[in-house]
Amino acid sequence: MSTKFDLAAMKELPDSSGHFGPYGGRFVSETLMAALSQLEQTYEKLKNDPDFQAEFDKDLAYYVGRPSPLYHAERLSREVGGAQIYLKREDLNHTGAHKVNNTIGQALLAKYTGKPRVIAETGAGQHGVASATVAARLGLECQVYMGAEDVERQKLNVYRMKLLGAEVIPVESGTRTLKDALNEAMRDWVTNVDNTFYIIGTAAGPHPYPMLVRDFQAVIGREARQQCLAQTGRLPDALVACVGGGSNAIGLFHPFIGDETVRMIGVEAGGHGLETGAHAAPLCAGRPGVLHGNRTYLMEDDAGQIIGTHSVSAGLDYPGVGPEHAWLKDAGRAEYVAINDDEAMNAFRTLTQVEGIMPALESSHAVAHAMKMAADMDKDQILVVNLSGRGDKDIHTVAQIDGIIV
Amino acid sequence: MSRINSCFEKLGQQGRKALIPYITAGDPSPAVSVPLMHALVEAGADIIELGVPFSDPMADGPVIQLACERALEHNVRLVDVLEMVREFRQKDGETPVVLMGYLNPVEVLGYDNFASQAAAAGVDGVLTVDLPPEEAGEFGEALRANGLDCIYLLAPTTTEQRIQHICDSGSGYVYYVSVKGVTGSASLDVQAVAEKLDLVRKYTDMPIGVGFGIGTAEAAKAVSAVADGVIVGSVLVKQIAALADDQEKIPEKVAAIIAEMRAAMNA
Repeated sequence: MSTKFDLAAMKELPDSSGHFGPYGGRFVSETLMAALSQLEQTYEKLKNDPDFQAEFDKDLAYYVGRPSPLYHAERLSREVGGAQIYLKREDLNHTGAHKVNNTIGQALLAKYTGKPRVIAETGAGQHGVASATVAARLGLECQVYMGAEDVERQKLNVYRMKLLGAEVIPVESGTRTLKDALNEAMRDWVTNVDNTFYIIGTAAGPHPYPMLVRDFQAVIGREARQQCLAQTGRLPDALVACVGGGSNAIGLFHPFIGDETVRMIGVEAGGHGLETGAHAAPLCAGRPGVLHGNRTYLMEDDAGQIIGTHSVSAGLDYPGVGPEHAWLKDAGRAEYVAINDDEAMNAFRTLTQVEGIMPALESSHAVAHAMKMAADMDKDQILVVNLSGRGDKDIHTVAQIDGIIV
Repeated sequence: MSRINSCFEKLGQQGRKALIPYITAGDPSPAVSVPLMHALVEAGADIIELGVPFSDPMADGPVIQLACERALEHNVRLVDVLEMVREFRQKDGETPVVLMGYLNPVEVLGYDNFASQAAAAGVDGVLTVDLPPEEAGEFGEALRANGLDCIYLLAPTTTEQRIQHICDSGSGYVYYVSVKGVTGSASLDVQAVAEKLDLVRKYTDMPIGVGFGIGTAEAAKAVSAVADGVIVGSVLVKQIAALADDQEKIPEKVAAIIAEMRAAMNA
């Protein structure tokens, strides 16, 4: 891995105005500027506060069930016939995905800032469930914005949120998916900024969100680094994680940014194939622009309008990506590839049948690419895959593809 | 002197306040916009805010979201909006036109290219909703270099320190967002607006326009008592939407709302 940048300095980003190189920043309407700078100040104070950190660590240990295991998928590795594949088991977290690491952290911020109400946007519903969960535990009012199309294809999670006491608000505007849910959540926040904390679900949006979401998710990479050293005596050769907004990937990558020998590969949703245009892969096939409060890679048309995306997995179906990934790509520190719907579905089945682990369709993209990569690597090399969530929520989608009504 | 400055100077001499209608360019179809702009001026509009359609209008309520969607069905691009301004200028060399929209369509053209094309088309100012002054360094320079005013928003939540920074960064006028919320929100509290404007005037001599939540002639009159300009959008766009199947009537019917507001403000 060669890069013309100082890796230690890169790890310290964003800069004081929230930029990762040319990316990130704070592109919002004036009404939110005060709330964002207040959040930034609160977070800067609390992140070095031992009491806050102790409470966060305690919740991660006793409520989420951390550390999550780093599991050597020996049978899968043998089948693939190359590198040793290790799975970082975020699917074993409470609520079934990495999302809860972040919602625990942001709910603590809501508590410390005294906001009685939280809102969230959600795509696949995992972040919505994780937000509803922490809201239930802290006794906060919770409303979750979800694209009407996603409400339809993620019925199970919609019902889980309702059981947890949250209100799910279907969003009918635009393409009726995650990006529109984010627009609507922002509109709610502008209107109710005095009493509401907005729990953004991914490492994107206006500063300080990309930074604080990454910091809360970086527990994934810190654990994986220690666990890999403890189990194998060395660092992995490569990390693989799926990228929608990119929070699970940045959580795994960030603690390794300074480890020059460790390759980092983000896997975007190739949908029906990059050549068809029906995908959700802005880093592979988009270009830089400004959306949802930050400058980053986007999927847009020639006139700068955001275009509809496609992925079999609702959680990756987003036209933007976190700004730190945009910078890691340009700086050459991380690589980004795309995996198509079909390849992800095959990986879903393979991991289920060979290891007895049913991955989320989002995570199946990472598994698919890891299997491709591992085949071309030596048996003594190590690949760590972030298994960011479990597949229970996707049973309906998979059954439908199989022509079965569950 | 810029068209915006001379507009406010003339109004000041006449002891009147600016009435500033907002419409989304190309809503419900591109042919409507220029005749509508002329009709608004005839009915008493002093400045026109022309909305540039965007796929993800985060700061707008449902009324203007739908206006964007109607315009985008006709694939109305930023360059098409500039073309409308050019056409408007053939008959009207005096009324200032301010483009209001989001940053991403401008990013595609490039700041310098956009600014020079906009100036050539006859645009006077640009208000980019999702571009606070902290991020607007290069963009502001490109606008200034082309003689365009960079208009910023102030909000009820804006701190005193930021008021100064924003007023120092902008020109033409400042746009005070009267309510915490999106465009077309519930009605505003004129007393609270008046108090905030007193604070803003400590930091700037620029005219202050007030918008968001002004939907009636009475509200326009009340706001004009405390502000230098009254900005109305959603109430006009609602009328436009209602006439989407009868587009020939749009200029007359929408201008009638402005005429009523003008009369109330002058009374």
